[in-house]
Amino acid sequence: MIQAKINGIDIKVKEGTSILDAAKKVNINIPTLCKHPDLDATAACGICIVKVKGGNKMLRSCCTPLEKGMDIITHDDELQEARRTVIQLILSNHPNDCLQCARNNNCELQRLAADFGIRTVAFPHVAKELPQDSSSKTINLVPDKCILCGRCVQVCQQMQDVWALSFLERGFQTRISPAGDINLSESPCVRCGQCSAHCPTGAIAEFDQTPEVWKALYDPNKYCVVQIAPAVRVAIGEAFGYPEGANLTGKLYAALRRLGFKAVFDTSFAADLTVMEEAAEFVQRFAHGKGVLPLITSCCPAWVDFMEKFYPDMVKHFSSAKSPHEMLGVLSKTYYAQQNAIDPATIYMVSIMPCTAKKYEIQRSEEMYASGYPDINVSLTTRELARMIKQSGIDFMHLPEAQPDHVLGEYTGAGVIFGATGGVMEAALRTAHYMVTGTDADKVDFENVRGLKGVKETEVNIKGNKIKIAIAHGLENVEYVLRRVQKAIAEKTELPYHFIEVMACPGGCVGGGGQPYGATDKLRVARAHGLYKEDDDKELQYSHHNPYIKKVYKEFLEKPLSEKSHKLLHTHYTGRPLYKK
Amino acid sequence: MDTQVNGNTKVDIKGLAEKWKGKRGNLIMILHEIQNHYGYVPREVSLQLSEVLDVPLARIYEVITFYNFFKLEPPGKHTISVCMGTACYLKGGAKLLDEIKNMFAVEEGQTTKDGLFHLQVVRCLGCCGLAPVMMIDGKIFGKVKPDELMNILSPYVKGEV
Ligand code: SF4
Ligand code: SF4
Ligand code: SF4
Ligand code: FES
Repeated sequence: MIQAKINGIDIKVKEGTSILDAAKKVNINIPTLCKHPDLDATAACGICIVKVKGGNKMLRSCCTPLEKGMDIITHDDELQEARRTVIQLILSNHPNDCLQCARNNNCELQRLAADFGIRTVAFPHVAKELPQDSSSKTINLVPDKCILCGRCVQVCQQMQDVWALSFLERGFQTRISPAGDINLSESPCVRCGQCSAHCPTGAIAEFDQTPEVWKALYDPNKYCVVQIAPAVRVAIGEAFGYPEGANLTGKLYAALRRLGFKAVFDTSFAADLTVMEEAAEFVQRFAHGKGVLPLITSCCPAWVDFMEKFYPDMVKHFSSAKSPHEMLGVLSKTYYAQQNAIDPATIYMVSIMPCTAKKYEIQRSEEMYASGYPDINVSLTTRELARMIKQSGIDFMHLPEAQPDHVLGEYTGAGVIFGATGGVMEAALRTAHYMVTGTDADKVDFENVRGLKGVKETEVNIKGNKIKIAIAHGLENVEYVLRRVQKAIAEKTELPYHFIEVMACPGGCVGGGGQPYGATDKLRVARAHGLYKEDDDKELQYSHHNPYIKKVYKEFLEKPLSEKSHKLLHTHYTGRPLYKK
Repeated sequence: MDTQVNGNTKVDIKGLAEKWKGKRGNLIMILHEIQNHYGYVPREVSLQLSEVLDVPLARIYEVITFYNFFKLEPPGKHTISVCMGTACYLKGGAKLLDEIKNMFAVEEGQTTKDGLFHLQVVRCLGCCGLAPVMMIDGKIFGKVKPDELMNILSPYVKGEV
């Protein structure tokens, strides 16, 4: 332990703790701009400076560990003046068009300038003008708003191991860009949106599609329907001042109805359906030897894109099941349309997702038009929906709760935990157990698959069969898992796993790239907790016991992996080049 | 497989990788050899290098664009460097640059279609007193006004220099 003083307050912390983190322990917030709790310090901005009493050297507290006996000063006139200068220098190179910026009211630079009461800038204004890039149709790059903090580069290169974004050139010319000034859509970018979720400014934001949705909602010839993903319900509250992890399912349904959607569905229903298809696929491969092992989950489109680009040799291991919102999309324009005698051509399906990648997924192949129409018309992020609710004048806080539409809105606890890392695996294991043994497992929870460890490996026993599983989230964790599989296949040794779940975003979809800003592990845990609590509270916790899943199979899809299911609910994959240019 | 890149014989990337294998800073050394060979680093060569060395293309471009030595475009017969240091910028360097871009329909970092001029922006040429400054093949022109550009450049266009 290290003993030291911060602003005269005695403090004891673990060795290696940064001065920044140590100060937090005694309720002192040192301002930061480049440092993000998820990431290593890049020490790029210089706002977090502190002094050691008696000395005049300024230390960057985000990357300097507290040392024994240090007597730290975090705030005095000299430090505050230096901070003001840093902010002014940044503003002198910044477009400063906050009112038209995607991060207006939500920007870390804006907040800092506001807190420090910056009213004038003592330097000439020299802002860069660089081309924007919205080619990926999922995120929008505005490089002249970049303050060069390095977060997105670290996220894209280390956390996600994609290496789409990089810093090109140096000095004043430095800018974020894919290699060689190509468009993001020509780069290896897998559209996870994590760069946008970590950027402190409006330099990277989601590709805003709310105007199209407003237009559709006001169009009398369109029959607008909507679905919400599991992870959205436990995060949207952050935009309205709710405590972390608050589950607002009922209010969301109500708000969506008020926005003008004629039917409100829940992606968790389709998650139950995905479980049925995927568990059946697993049982077929595991127990009946049809198809290769390990089976790898495919409900995360950024992960699918990553695999197609970086591990094309794994294509045959992927579950052919579509992601849940795609399944719901196709059912809304087939089953639901038929049952309610609605012309599917008029149905306009909007997905509300924690995710930017789904904006891309809905057009990724012909199979996303299995209903004969675009199965999903637009996919919005949680952040976009929060803006729509605010614009519409709905008093979200005081809105009475509502119910979803029948059948496509009815789900079990297994469906709702899809939003957390390990949730897909857990839900699938519950049903796989039933499919193999004809009975439910004694215990409904598989605790070993939960939590934020980057790679979770464990074994599950089903009727004397040991099933070895792995769960990875955050794409940097994929390499370890897949290399082990590749090695075992090449050397014809025993497979390390039979079943693998991967989610591109840290924490799974609760930590998705389209979720409200400011996610840290603490917040990811709180969001996940909100989902597990709903699972516990649900009367039904097994997808195969969902009476409406049974009903849809009986009336429409026949059975898991039937010909009709294959046509509507499954897709296929193909290797893709890293660079199109 | 074609053996030429823009009229140059191809560099043997695998051979180069082998030669510098395990040595520190090998990426930079290899890029040096490529630059020396072609006079710039062609994109298709970088893509190939990325595969052979198992280094992400983004990393290679970070290195190439960090050092002024490396070029991404084939060199022109003459190189026009316009200074964008603070002094030159404030004294109208940007106008000069725009004017040249318009005159030759070329962007910074690019070479004109006829291969005559390569246009680049530099940070500081060390003679801020003469701002705005530009340089053509090592010859400095100071206090340049946009309407003087024609006179400065025409001897190069006419092939007199
Ligand atoms: S969306 Fe993901 S893959 Fe694409 S640039 Fe951002 S972090 Fe990289
Ligand atoms: S784009 Fe955003 S996250 Fe990336 S370096 Fe710039 S300011 Fe930082
Ligand atoms: S983990 Fe979820 S939010 Fe993130 S890219 Fe995948 S599906 Fe989207
Ligand atoms: S927060 Fe420490 S240098 Fe930016």
